[in-house]
Amino acid sequence: MGMTIVEKILARASDQPFVKAGDVVEAKVDLAMSHENAALVINQFHDVYKGTGIDANVWDPSKIAIILDHRVPAESAKTATNQKKVREFVAKQGIKKFHDIRGDEGGICHQILPENGYVRPGYLVVGTDSHTTTHGALGAFAFGIGATDMAAVWTLGSVLNVEVPATIKVIITGKFQPHVSPKDLILHIIGRISAEGANFKVIEFHGETIRHMNTSGRLVLCNMSVEAGATSGIVPADKETVRYLMGHAGVTDEIEIMQPDADAEYDQIVEVDITRLTPQIACPHTVDNVIPIYSTEGKKVHQIVVGSCTNGRIDDLEIAAKTLKGRRIAKDVRMLVFPASWRIYKEALKKGYISSLIDAGAVVMNPGCGCCLGVHEGALGDGEVALSTTNRNFKGRMGNPGAEVYLCSPAVAAASAITGFITDPRNGEIS
Amino acid sequence: MKVVIKLEDDVSTDAIYPGRFMATVLPNETPQFAFADHSEFNSKLKRHEIPAGSFMIAGKNFGCGSSREQAASCLRGYELVVIAKSFGRIFMQNAINLGLRVIVCPTLEAAEGDELEIENEFVVNKTNHKYFPIEPLPKARQAIMDAGGLIPYTRKKLIEKHAARPH
Ligand code: SF4
Repeated sequence: MGMTIVEKILARASDQPFVKAGDVVEAKVDLAMSHENAALVINQFHDVYKGTGIDANVWDPSKIAIILDHRVPAESAKTATNQKKVREFVAKQGIKKFHDIRGDEGGICHQILPENGYVRPGYLVVGTDSHTTTHGALGAFAFGIGATDMAAVWTLGSVLNVEVPATIKVIITGKFQPHVSPKDLILHIIGRISAEGANFKVIEFHGETIRHMNTSGRLVLCNMSVEAGATSGIVPADKETVRYLMGHAGVTDEIEIMQPDADAEYDQIVEVDITRLTPQIACPHTVDNVIPIYSTEGKKVHQIVVGSCTNGRIDDLEIAAKTLKGRRIAKDVRMLVFPASWRIYKEALKKGYISSLIDAGAVVMNPGCGCCLGVHEGALGDGEVALSTTNRNFKGRMGNPGAEVYLCSPAVAAASAITGFITDPRNGEIS
Repeated sequence: MKVVIKLEDDVSTDAIYPGRFMATVLPNETPQFAFADHSEFNSKLKRHEIPAGSFMIAGKNFGCGSSREQAASCLRGYELVVIAKSFGRIFMQNAINLGLRVIVCPTLEAAEGDELEIENEFVVNKTNHKYFPIEPLPKARQAIMDAGGLIPYTRKKLIEKHAARPH
């Protein structure tokens, strides 16, 4: 019997020739990522060492990445003090993969890791953020853990007591229709298998559609796999992975490509043909409440959001900018755009996307998590409706439990910004 | 003890501990924001009208969403016991790590105000006189529960590792 990708990664990380779903292993970590919540990890980390007489030093500073992104620049004294505490810890421990609130290196953690080449195929990556699943797009096994789990990783360099997850193989075939994108595909899959359909399991993406999809699209699929409950999503590495890492992420050393065995055992096999896939919308207040766009077309929206770790990359901004170029967003709509990193922001500036967006009436915010999680800026008023390219629409997500969040692709967001209503981008007048 | 609240499916960590309070991290400070947007329940908790050991019951996928550990620590602070049909993975791990009691009971029938008891592998509803089987928690986590949480467990491993190291 062969192994899935994740079984192979966990076998290697636990120094065993073979593991299978259900086994319990202690696995060595290749990269451990945190953001502002490193402040809590630091507390828990010091708590572990309390009374032992052992100096509290992390197991390997070169394998820790910390990115300040959730509330940047700080919105309160409390956040600023947490960020200060993180900076002091980073300096003391000699952590180099630290990305502060700076235009030359900052951004959202799930964009910073890939674009700096920190994640490689076959890596075991953990992060104190549920969307750590994103990094499966590069052929790594990447999953979210809590702050106390991370304190244990910083101490011992391994994740203790990992149960090897079962894998769902999703095979995707067909070509996207114009204005339909990976975001529509993952919303469709989540709607189909439900918000807990992949709970405690991994989704392994295969098929001709994936082979032709660039890394940006794969990041979208893996980012949102967690919204189906998955421990992680993963795209086995291929030529495209090498192209991205060497061409965009500055990797110069050899990249190992790991594939699942042909006789690997899967929990389920799901086949999806995207030939007829239309733009999809996730309605409030769960991500699996997905319907095709025609069922909700014409719904009035007050705030349009383009950005986040899901859809804040250059191709997403390109769609928004090209749709809005020379046009104005509807009078009674606010449009907020936050690029996923400053590198992307600068590229968008060079390509003229930022001025197209501003001229159309959009507000371009600094890279970071912005309004995605409702703590910082861009909150909604009572009874207001947001249409957003982010990944969650839970009650209260954008800072107000009395408001509604609909999720969509950048193409739908941009088309709807022009009209002020949920609008199908395939509508001739808009596109 | 009594069922103090009955919740639906897919209660996210945004509902348990809203994102806008995420700058508060310390386990002794997070309880005040437990279910902050569910103001009635939140005030009862804050006024200490809900005794330790009371049951919260929920549907499928309780604690889905973000990895924020505050969602577990805020409930731990009131020593609530959470029974759900199923849990989100990270929330369940955080709960076990911090010693918040979580019970998986997919068939439970109970209403707010019912009196429940845990007897071996069953949730017993004293009000409707029915027994409902409990599903075991992931076996990988048993050692952490036995050690009284992840911090003492890790501390023990750290001491072993340090002792084994050549000086
Ligand atoms: S952009 Fe939103 S989903 Fe992504 S890491 Fe930030 S808060 Fe989380």
